[in-house]
Amino acid sequence: MRIEVTVNSEAREVDVWGGESLLHTLRERLGLPGSKNACEQGECGSCSVLLDGKLVCACLVLGAQADGHEIVTVEGLGQEGQLHRVQEAFVETGAVQCGFCTPGLVMASVDLLERRPDPSDDEIREALSGNLCRCTGYAKIFEAVRLAAAR
Amino acid sequence: MSSPAVTLPGTKLELGRVGESVPRVDGIPKVTGEFAYSSDLHAAGMLWGRTVRSPHAHARIASIDTSAATGMPGVHAVLTHSDVPGATHYGLEQADQPVLAIDRVRYFGEAVALVAAEEPEQARRAAAAIVVSYDPLPPLVDAEQASAHEALHPDHPDNVLRRLTIRHGDPEAEGDVSVEGFYEVGTQDQAFLGPESGLAIPDGEGGIDIYVATQWLHVDRDQVAPCLALEPDQVRIHLAGVGGAFGGREDLSMQIHGALLALRTSRPVKIVYGRDESFVGHIHRHPARIRAEHRANRDGKLVCVRMRILLDGGAYASSSTAVASNAASFACGPYAVANALIEATVVYTNNPPCGAMRGFGAVQTCFAGEAQMDRLAAALELDPVELRLRNALAPGDVLPTGQRLAGSLPVAEVIRRCAELPVPEPEELPRDPIRLPGGAGNVTRGEGVQRGVGFALGFKNLCYSEGFDDFCAARVQLAADGSAVVHCAAAEVGQGVTNVILQVARTELQTEDVRLAPHTTSTVGSAGSASASRMTWMAAGAVRLACEAALEERRRFGGGGGGVDVDVDVDVERIYRHPLTSPLDPQTGQITGERAHVAFACAAMRAVVEVDVELGLTRVVWVGTAQDVGKAINPQAVHGQIEGGTAQGLGLALMEEIQTRDGLITNASFTDYLIPTALDMPPVDAVLVEDPEPDAPYGVKGVGEPPTVVSTAAIASALRAATGRALPRVPVRPQDIAL
Repeated sequence: MRIEVTVNSEAREVDVWGGESLLHTLRERLGLPGSKNACEQGECGSCSVLLDGKLVCACLVLGAQADGHEIVTVEGLGQEGQLHRVQEAFVETGAVQCGFCTPGLVMASVDLLERRPDPSDDEIREALSGNLCRCTGYAKIFEAVRLAAAR
Repeated sequence: MSSPAVTLPGTKLELGRVGESVPRVDGIPKVTGEFAYSSDLHAAGMLWGRTVRSPHAHARIASIDTSAATGMPGVHAVLTHSDVPGATHYGLEQADQPVLAIDRVRYFGEAVALVAAEEPEQARRAAAAIVVSYDPLPPLVDAEQASAHEALHPDHPDNVLRRLTIRHGDPEAEGDVSVEGFYEVGTQDQAFLGPESGLAIPDGEGGIDIYVATQWLHVDRDQVAPCLALEPDQVRIHLAGVGGAFGGREDLSMQIHGALLALRTSRPVKIVYGRDESFVGHIHRHPARIRAEHRANRDGKLVCVRMRILLDGGAYASSSTAVASNAASFACGPYAVANALIEATVVYTNNPPCGAMRGFGAVQTCFAGEAQMDRLAAALELDPVELRLRNALAPGDVLPTGQRLAGSLPVAEVIRRCAELPVPEPEELPRDPIRLPGGAGNVTRGEGVQRGVGFALGFKNLCYSEGFDDFCAARVQLAADGSAVVHCAAAEVGQGVTNVILQVARTELQTEDVRLAPHTTSTVGSAGSASASRMTWMAAGAVRLACEAALEERRRFGGGGGGVDVDVDVDVERIYRHPLTSPLDPQTGQITGERAHVAFACAAMRAVVEVDVELGLTRVVWVGTAQDVGKAINPQAVHGQIEGGTAQGLGLALMEEIQTRDGLITNASFTDYLIPTALDMPPVDAVLVEDPEPDAPYGVKGVGEPPTVVSTAAIASALRAATGRALPRVPVRPQDIAL
């Protein structure tokens, strides 16, 4: 079936199979592999995107369900040649190691700071608790969110 | 590595020399989503591969019927063992694992057949349509029964892969006090987030290019080529983006399978495991059963350590024999012990295969040994930190293998520095449930919460041991315009070795204009594995050597002194080796040369926990650690390794265990196999103790493993202090505390 979506402010049309996830549509049909495929069943948060401004796991949404909706992926953050302040803070603080969880954590952090511009440490931990990271032990990710909030 | 499309304002990415904290060079592409991981790859005309796996832990294969699958829509190839053109088996230490099962499967998830199709869903359906007829056999699932069971591999009649006994001094020596314990460690999984994946592309001339997430490109090539009946140079392995490794990518996953499908179809083939498949697609940390006895005198000095270690290696060898050696070598901990009897045995079973995971044998014995040291402290009424100080290894001491400690190992220093860290004050009740044991799952007001403080000490080897020819190649090209290109196949698995290589090259060449070429087997020699806390040491050694040789070459051809801005092109490759090691004597476990291990690193850790003893829920409040790092090349990255390594040890202490029933994994998902989340991790205060390793470039030591070795033991120690229970098994479950 053919769907129309707005992805990172761009109107796109794409043919999808009815059973495929939005994650598959983004990664394999729209050329946007930034959202990651770590579990594909809503456990790890690596595929987090904004769907009409709401943080969702792209693996738990069907591609077909996104028809007529607006999606922002990690590729759509920041301006031309300029990182989003959350992306910048992740690099500076050393919050990235293997980086596979990073796109999802960046999206979750962006979403948190939209809702809570100055979150407490506990609010940061709770907001990011649906995103698994296996490399960092999270300490530098918390530091990155605090740094981004301060800016 | 290509230059990032965007730059980071205000951050001098280009400035980074040895000893400076600098952001990762791959940081920007990783935060923008541009960085291409092995599962992100795409090639024109690409097919999707799928693996058919055994649903049994042990069975004979009566027949495989592929006829239905072959004719299904989009299907281009269906392969079984009879389609493997070359060697039928592969393996890191012993070629005992079939590329595709032949007449028997030995573990749940063993690969039996392959499919390639246009779409992943077509491949999935075709794989499901392959009819494999099995005759189930009784599985060997209890490692204690291994020798009584029919042989799983004909060349190991008693199912024993390796037994190593270390006899040191008088193993019968008695002390004033003796403590005994029996300890168990569950099966831990690396649980890297990037699933096994890769893309195999036929070159049209019979050869193949494989883009894959791996830890050692050249050893992959050397295992893949014989199975494809190709020469090594016809198989080119290229590093794709690696989503974490932790030992779990030392063994092959999709490499041969993808290549077989690609060569058969003459099309690029991509294979990406799902999470459930990943849990059976790589080896795990060995589960262990350990019986230990520690004898000491009244003054607290250890007299004799006796330990029997049984490791379940699962169905295939992987790196089990080296893991057993490590478990035995580090069984006594970083303590001076005059007498010891250590026996480590690793056996074949029909459980999931085990191999390398961060800490590599030292984790299991550290957990048991440190529990014993706490018991000993209690029996002697000594402070546990004081007991450890009284027995701390020092340079010149002799290890149980007979090896004299010659290099750096500041054991007493890490104990003191860790013990000095201020422990946070207890937090008052009531409080936000997010800060109670169990978090939002805790339905009390904290009435049953008890606090405990634990301490542990751990150490392990750096680099490969026991006579393994451990080397790393690097190649440096100096261009006429003053720029330099470094080639090194050291796998960037997230640990930051790319930065290390560039920092070393910039330091040695005295220029900022250095680029790292793509990691591949086709332009540079082997770097060895990104494992064993060796890659920083070995890559730094090789790159420094190659830089020195390049500068020397330039001087010989008449270039000016100082920089590289001369009009002479230079291209040199050099191989770095650390001082030679030699094997342990198989009868006595004693060294047969000067050393079995080239060097060591240690860490001390103090953990504060709160336990709701009524509900069995836990919360790690704080961790403080002092780690022996030699010389920190990039301090920010070293702290990152300590924090991340601590998290994995916390996972083993509290939640992580592969569960099996009759050899079948029952929790192959992140819903059922839990790893620490943002709510589980405490703050980690880490002190870097810099005591340079004399034999290593810049005095560096690997830093990835010590925190994982020690943190499980430290957290278990704190849980015992909070509950008063023996807690001899990790992970500690709620019912171990509250029932």
